[in-house]
Amino acid sequence: MTPFDPIPALAGGVLIGLGAVILALFNGRVAGISGILGGLLDGERANLAWRAAFIAGLVGAGFLGLKLVSPDVMIAADWPILIIGGLLVGIGTRLGSGCTSGHGVCGMARGSIRSIAATAVYISVAVATVFVTRHLIGG
Amino acid sequence: MARLLVSLIAGGLFGAGLIISQMVNPARVLGFLDVAGTWDPTLAFVLAGALAVSVPGHWLVRRIGTPVLDRKSHLPPPGRPDRRLIAGAVLFGIGWGLVGFCPGPALAALGTGEAKAFGFLAAMATGMWLFGRIAGR
Repeated sequence: MTPFDPIPALAGGVLIGLGAVILALFNGRVAGISGILGGLLDGERANLAWRAAFIAGLVGAGFLGLKLVSPDVMIAADWPILIIGGLLVGIGTRLGSGCTSGHGVCGMARGSIRSIAATAVYISVAVATVFVTRHLIGG
Repeated sequence: MARLLVSLIAGGLFGAGLIISQMVNPARVLGFLDVAGTWDPTLAFVLAGALAVSVPGHWLVRRIGTPVLDRKSHLPPPGRPDRRLIAGAVLFGIGWGLVGFCPGPALAALGTGEAKAFGFLAAMATGMWLFGRIAGR
């Protein structure tokens, strides 16, 4: 993995912020990935097209970007952990009405107390989880 | 049609941002979460970059009031945190800490063609779908 470089990190963040702002400004929608994908899976007809378009843009840009810059993508978790983690992320983001994008980038920017609380909780819990798996039982 | 184009572009910007910032790499994200190890500050800079645009951007959104391409805003009204929100954030935090993927990067990583990226996405989508069933939408 390449060493930490603040420039691409900031630049990537700016693009993410820009995506969130244009969706709110033009369409009045939250660029929350879990809400968009979850809504798509619920099969809500009225909002199917814009959600599908957003996901297509995200996956498409990911596909092109990976071809162009080919960054490392290291998925270290083994299969059982991967599946458990996926289920928890899926259920948790729906129960908590958002993820890193919806609460972290959009909600916090709007000064939402709910989003600030959710972000503080999921980051703290994720830090604790990594501490337990890497330093207490993993080590 | 214009709204769909905006959605596509917004999704594209998100995807490009996740790749350029390397948030698509779970190892990078876990490096940020591993405060007791060799801490990787990348995620903090990504969030700072995003908020640097998103905070003034949403200020503008609020000032304008009505979205450019829709009759009314669909942004959620402010509210208080409740048990459901906190419980969801806890479950999400555990899953995120176990694997290093949150929903956006999991989608952006599909382009790698890696079986594990598809496996995670399938499990995540199953969780979302199951929740939708149980919550009885």
